[in-house]
Amino acid sequence: MSDAAKKFMYVNRRAPYGTVYALEGLEVVLIGAAFDQDVCMAFIDDGVFQLKKGQDTKDSNMKNFSPTYRALGDYEVTKLYVDKESLEQRGLGEDDLMDLTYEDEDDDYNEKPSIRIVSRDELADLMEQQDVILNY
Amino acid sequence: MKFAILVNEGPYQHQAADTAFNFTKAALEKGHEIVRVFFYHDGVNNGTRLTTPPQDDRNIVNLWSELAKEHDLDLVVCVAAAQRRGIVDEDEAKRHGKDANNIAEGFRISGLGQLIEMGIKADRLMAFGD
Repeated sequence: MSDAAKKFMYVNRRAPYGTVYALEGLEVVLIGAAFDQDVCMAFIDDGVFQLKKGQDTKDSNMKNFSPTYRALGDYEVTKLYVDKESLEQRGLGEDDLMDLTYEDEDDDYNEKPSIRIVSRDELADLMEQQDVILNY
Repeated sequence: MKFAILVNEGPYQHQAADTAFNFTKAALEKGHEIVRVFFYHDGVNNGTRLTTPPQDDRNIVNLWSELAKEHDLDLVVCVAAAQRRGIVDEDEAKRHGKDANNIAEGFRISGLGQLIEMGIKADRLMAFGD
């Protein structure tokens, strides 16, 4: 990563289906990975549903794009911050989310979890540090 | 200051398109630089020349085209979002075997890399939408 890298945060606030924002937001993250910036994602409000395990869209005829989140680690998108309060408000816990991991190249390629459950205060601090926030 | 403008909503449906236009115009009048205007999600619908609003209403597409001409603005419509919503230029129409194109004057179709790049180049990226 170059010294000039900017800090990008992709904020996901909407459920995965129902509107196209989550799908098209994820497309930006994947393309953006080629630019070698300091990238993270935040999941708040209904956005936490994007990471839910066992998504099945057969009956709604929508494209199930949830497997794509598993590829994020390979794109070096390794910081996925999930708002604890949003999870709790929806009756969800960490166990309800997909097991997303990445291989840490600075630590002998050990597999580590990408998802980090954070408080709203921690999220606010993280947002404060960003150069660019893209919000879907 | 160098601004990058992101328009995430379509014209008329949502005020975001108007607000983005007004912001861009005001920033230019104050002597700021607009690195690029990028149209994403339903925002790509700001780039069709077939838009025909009632005569007593503003024509948002034409407003963008005129502003682009006056200030040599780079108006970029996301190709993936545009394909989903039927916004095509001559090349895209040919590539996908369509019988017409509808891109408005002053707009061009390109990839999402242009969105990331403008975020890197600008001092501030301003996003308009919900």
